[in-house]
Amino acid sequence: MSVGLPHYLVVSALLFSLGLLGVVARRNVLIIYMSLELMLNAANLALVAFSRYHEQLNGQVMVFFVITVAAAEVAVGLALIVALYRRRHSVQVGDFATLRH
Amino acid sequence: MTLVCGGLVVANPFSRNPVTSAMFLVLTIVSLAALFVLLHAFFLAAVQVLIYAGAVMVLFLFVVMLLDVQEEERRRLRRFSLVSGGVLALALAALLASVLGAVPVTDLNGPGLEGTTAPLGRMLFTDYLLPFEILSLVLLVAMVGVVLLSKRDLS
Repeated sequence: MSVGLPHYLVVSALLFSLGLLGVVARRNVLIIYMSLELMLNAANLALVAFSRYHEQLNGQVMVFFVITVAAAEVAVGLALIVALYRRRHSVQVGDFATLRH
Repeated sequence: MTLVCGGLVVANPFSRNPVTSAMFLVLTIVSLAALFVLLHAFFLAAVQVLIYAGAVMVLFLFVVMLLDVQEEERRRLRRFSLVSGGVLALALAALLASVLGAVPVTDLNGPGLEGTTAPLGRMLFTDYLLPFEILSLVLLVAMVGVVLLSKRDLS
């Protein structure tokens, strides 16, 4: 049995769904961030699979950009989390409900 | 290989401690890098391991250690959020599956092209030169933002 394009896309779809589940269901900001990384990685896998399928390198260059932007995003997000923790002493999203009436 | 990857990720969002969750994320990323190698994207596999498993996960673990993880244990998952998240994820999976039904079953065993450093770098510095430079600006802005955010008092 040979592994084709649909197999990679199925793995990518499952990974993305799991990342979405983690984002919606979890209450810890750090784990929500990790689930976001999971979703980005699922998109990366789909991009690389399509790049291999079309025999072009454009998708891989796009994945390179995505990885770099994700690294910057993680740095900024974690700095935000640390700043929030200093102010609120919590990493649970339920405690950040200041705007709620 | 795909099953191993999926199983590791299933364990990821449901462990109590953020450290074990981060470790499972490292395993997931490494197995994704293996999938990249199988797809002949060698440079991206190396970058994936270096950036994600190296830099990003060290950053995550550093923040987890910096914050207090002791109080994480007491809170339980709320059932409503779990159910709604499960329904949403299942809906998305069904949607993606319906799209994937239209994908032709093709083998990727052809000669293909190798995603090694040289052709990727050539493409990066010719066709994608402007996005590359903009990306460096994005990194600079992120660095300045992090330095600003991590100052002691935000006033």
